[in-house]
Amino acid sequence: MPRFAVGDVVRVRRAFPPGHVRTPYFTRGRSGIVDAIAGNYRNPEELAYGRYDAPTLPLYRVSFRQADLWPEYDGPAADTTIVDIYENWLEPAEEGQ
Amino acid sequence: MSGERRVHDMGGLAAGPLDREEPEHAAWEKRIDAIRALCAKRRLLRTDELRRNTEDLGPGVYDKLSYHERRCAAIANTLLQKNVFTVDALGRKMSEIERRWTTGEVP
Repeated sequence: MPRFAVGDVVRVRRAFPPGHVRTPYFTRGRSGIVDAIAGNYRNPEELAYGRYDAPTLPLYRVSFRQADLWPEYDGPAADTTIVDIYENWLEPAEEGQ
Repeated sequence: MSGERRVHDMGGLAAGPLDREEPEHAAWEKRIDAIRALCAKRRLLRTDELRRNTEDLGPGVYDKLSYHERRCAAIANTLLQKNVFTVDALGRKMSEIERRWTTGEVP
C-alpha cells in the first residue's frame, strides 16, 4: 500500500549519500504535492549494486512549484515541475513548508 | 541548500545553448552500443548498474570523456566487477587491438 495519496503534501528528505541515487539534487529538502502514483518498482539504488531481488516500493510523481525549486525563478507563479521520486525519499509535510 | 552535489546530478545548472544537430556516430560508438545491448541480453549488465558505474567515474573523468567513452569505461568496470574478465586479460586485449588499429588492420 502506498504511504501517500494523490494530493498529499510531501517533503523530499535532505540526504546526500554516495552511490546511485535517482532523486535529483535540486529536489532535496523541497516540498511538493503528490500528482500521481506511478506504481511499484524495484529500487534502482539497490539494482545498481546487483541486488535484483530487492523488494518493490511505490514511485510517485511529485509536483513542485518552480519558485520553490529555484530562488531566482521569475516565470508565472503557477509553473510546476513534476519529478518521479521513490517512497523512501518522501516524508509527510504541510502546505507552505 | 548544502550537501554534496554529485558530478552527474546537473539538473538546473547553466548548460549553454542546445545543439540540435543529429550527430554522426563513428563505427566504434555503434560497437559500444551493440556491446551494451548484448551484455544486457545476457543479463550481465542492467541499466542501473551501468548508470552507477558511469556516475562513479567521478569529477574530471566524467566531464572529460564523451558520452560513448563514458559508456565504454562503465561497461568495462561493470564486467570487471562481475568477474567476466580480469584486468590482465582486458589490458592484453586492449594492447592487441591497439596494435591492429595502428597498423590499419581494423577499419
